[in-house]
Amino acid sequence: MTTRSMRALSGTLKPLFSPRSPQRYVVAACHQTHKSTYTTIAPPARYGGRHTVTLIPGDGIGPELAKHVCELFRFCCVPVDFEVVNVDSTKTSEDDINNAIMAIRRNGVALKGNIETNHNLPPSYKSRNSLLRTTLDLYASVMHTQSLPGVRTHHRNIDIITIRENTEGEYSSLEHENVPGVVECLKIITRTKSLRIADYAFRTAREKGRRRVTAIHKANIMKLGDGLFLECCKEVASGYPEITFDSMIIDNTTMQLVSKPQQFDVMVMPNLYGNVVSNVCAGLVGGPGLVPGANYGENYAVFETGTRNTGKSIANRNTANPTAMLLASCLLLDHLKLHGYASMIRKAILSTITDSQLHTADLGGKGSTSEMVQSIMNAIQSSGPRTQRH
Amino acid sequence: MAAHSAVLSASKIMNPFWVGRLGNTAKVFGTTLIRHRNKTSFTPPPAKYGGRHTVTLIPGDGIGPELLNHVREVFRFACVPVDFEMVNVNSALETDDDMNNAITAIRRNGVALKGNIETKHTLPASVKSRNNVLRTSLDLYANVMHCQSLPGVQTRHKNIDIMIIRENTEGEYSSLEHESVSGVVESLKIITRNNSIRIADYAFKLARERGRRRVTAVHKANIMKLADGLFLQCCREVASGYPDITFDSMIVDNTTMQLVSKPQQFDVMVMPNLYGNVVSNVCAGLVGGPGLVPGANYGRDYAVFETATRNTGKSIAEKNIANPTAMLLASCLMLDHLNLNDYASLIRNAVLTTMNETRAGATMLHKVSSCHQNGYFLTTDLW
Repeated sequence: MTTRSMRALSGTLKPLFSPRSPQRYVVAACHQTHKSTYTTIAPPARYGGRHTVTLIPGDGIGPELAKHVCELFRFCCVPVDFEVVNVDSTKTSEDDINNAIMAIRRNGVALKGNIETNHNLPPSYKSRNSLLRTTLDLYASVMHTQSLPGVRTHHRNIDIITIRENTEGEYSSLEHENVPGVVECLKIITRTKSLRIADYAFRTAREKGRRRVTAIHKANIMKLGDGLFLECCKEVASGYPEITFDSMIIDNTTMQLVSKPQQFDVMVMPNLYGNVVSNVCAGLVGGPGLVPGANYGENYAVFETGTRNTGKSIANRNTANPTAMLLASCLLLDHLKLHGYASMIRKAILSTITDSQLHTADLGGKGSTSEMVQSIMNAIQSSGPRTQRH
Repeated sequence: MAAHSAVLSASKIMNPFWVGRLGNTAKVFGTTLIRHRNKTSFTPPPAKYGGRHTVTLIPGDGIGPELLNHVREVFRFACVPVDFEMVNVNSALETDDDMNNAITAIRRNGVALKGNIETKHTLPASVKSRNNVLRTSLDLYANVMHCQSLPGVQTRHKNIDIMIIRENTEGEYSSLEHESVSGVVESLKIITRNNSIRIADYAFKLARERGRRRVTAVHKANIMKLADGLFLQCCREVASGYPDITFDSMIVDNTTMQLVSKPQQFDVMVMPNLYGNVVSNVCAGLVGGPGLVPGANYGRDYAVFETATRNTGKSIAEKNIANPTAMLLASCLMLDHLNLNDYASLIRNAVLTTMNETRAGATMLHKVSSCHQNGYFLTTDLW
C-alpha cells in the first residue's frame, strides 16, 4: 500500500490502536486546565458524562441532514445531546444568530448546516455564516480532501489538507461607495492573524506527520497584502525545519490542481483563495456531498460540510448525499475525544460508499439519502455491540 | 481573391527555393484583395506601409524570447506581410523608461505580441507589475481566452469549448494598497459601473458575433455585496438588451467546482479580474496546460496578444523544451485581428495538424518534443 492510501485509511485504523476509555472515565480525565495558546480544548462532558452540542440546521438540505445525524447518533448510543437553535435567514434582525452564537459559547462545539444569504436583502445585512465565524473568532477552516474508495473520479490518490484563514482577507464585508458608480472593497491582511494561521498550519502538519506546506498567494500583484501573508508564513516556517515550505501563485496552483493534484500536501492561504482552492479540491474528489469541513478557533469549534452549500434545489427530496455531514459529525466526535464512536461511524460510511448501488444523484447513482443512512446503520449493527435496538 | 489563392497554391507546389522570388507578387495581390470585415465597433486604421503591417514585439523574460523567435521564423517562412518592431523591457530595472518605450511603440503600431515580463518579488512594492502597467495604460479592458479541447491532446475532460472574458484593468489588480497601521494592510478592490458595463457589453457582443447561446457571470456577491453586486447588476442590465442570449450567474467557488467535474456546461463566462485569473487557469489546465492556450487583450484602440496563462517559464527557459503552440496560436489571433485571415488559418491548420501527429502530439508536449522539432513539422505542414 502506498503512503497516501495508508494515510487515507488511518482514520479507520486508529480505533484499533488507540485505547478506548469507557464513558465514566472521560469525566475524570477531562479536567486539564493548562491551555496552550492556539489549541482548541474540547469542553468536558459535565452532565452525566454526556456532551451538549449546539445544532444549527440552516437552510436547504441542512435540516434533513441534521435529522439524519441525530438519528444515527441515537442509534449508536453516542453520548451527545443536541441543542437545536434555528436561524431564520429571511429576517433582517440579528437576534436569531446572536442566540446561536450564545449557545455555541455555552457549549463550546457546534454542528451546522449552511444558512442562506438572501441576495434581495440590503447590503447592510451581513452573511450569517460569516458573522458566526468572525464573532467566535473561528480563525482556521480546515478541510481534508481525500480520494474515497468506491467513488470514481478523474484523479486518484488525492490527499490534501487545505487550511484557510477564516476571519479576514476579502471577507471583511468592508465596502463603500464614495463616488456613485465606484465601489471600493477592502481586503484586510494583518500580521497577527497571518502568523496565527501559519502557526496553526505548521502545527497541524507536524501533528499529522505531513512533510510539506505550500502557501498560496498573489504577491506579484498584491505586494503589500499577500506579501505580508507570505512573509509571516516564511517566519513561522523557520521554526519548523523538518517541514518543507514553499509558495505558489494562486493561478498556477489552480492549474496544477487540475492537472496534477497529487503533488500537494498541506496548503495554507488567505480567505478567498481558500474558498476557491477548497472547492476545486472538493470537485476533484467527487463533489460537495463528500467532504467535511471544520472551523477551529481558540475556544470554539464548528463543524459543517466542506463546501458550505445550502443545496436549495435538492432540499426535501431525499436525494442529498449525507456523507459530508456525517463525516463532519465524525470530526465533531474526534474533537470531543470520542474516538471510538468516530471511527465506528467513519468505517461504516466508507464501507457504504464503496457500494455504488447506493450512490446518490451527485455521484451519478440513483440512491436516496435515507437508504444510505439505513445502510450505514446496518453496517454499524453488524460490526459490534454498541448499537441500540428499537 | 481568386488570383490570391492561385498564387498561393502555385507557390505551394513549387520548390521552396522560388518562394523568395515569388514573395513580392503574392504580397501585392494579397494587399489589394484583403476583405474588410464589418465590425460593429470602431477599428482604427491598420499601420500599413507598402502593404506590410508593423507590429510591436516585446520578448519579455523566460521562454518569451525563444518562442517569439520561432514566431518570426514561421512568419518569414509563410511570407506573412508583418514586420516586427522589437522593444526590450528589462524587468530587473526599477525605472519605468523601458515600459514607457514599449507603450509608446504599441500606441504607434496599434497591435503587439508579447511574452510575459517577470515581476521580481525582491524589488520594492512601489515597482508595479510591468504587465499590469501595460494593460492599464493602454486600457486593454477585455482579456479574451478561448479554451477548446484540441485534437490529439490527451486530457481527462473532452469537448470543452469555453470563452472566458475577464475584466482586465480594475478589480483586485488596482495595485492600491496601504499600511495605515503597522501590521495591518488594506488592499483595495475597485469595481466601477462604467468598466463593468463596458466588459459586460463586450461579452454579449462577442457572444452574439460568435453565435453563442449563454453567458454566465461569475461573482461572489453573497459576500462582497456592493462590489460584486454592482458587477452583477451591470451584467443584468446589459443582458436585457440581448434577449436572444441566456444570462445566468454563478458564485466563483461553485463555478470552480463545476469546472472540475463538468466543464462542458459552460459557454461564455464574464467576470472581474481575479476570478478571471483563477478560472482561466483552471480551464487552461483542463485542456492540457499553459503551453496550449493563446490569449488576447483588447482595448478600444489597441490589441495585445500573448499566451493565455501569462507564464514566464523561467525554469524551462532556453532548454528548447517549451511548447510553442500557445504563442503560435496567439500570433494567429493577431493575424485575424489584422484581417490577414488566410495566413492565420494557414498557420493554425499547420499547428493543429502538428498536434495531431504522433511524434509531436502523443508525448508530453512541453517536456519531450523540442521546440525546433515542432517548428520543423510546422514548416513542412505549411507546404
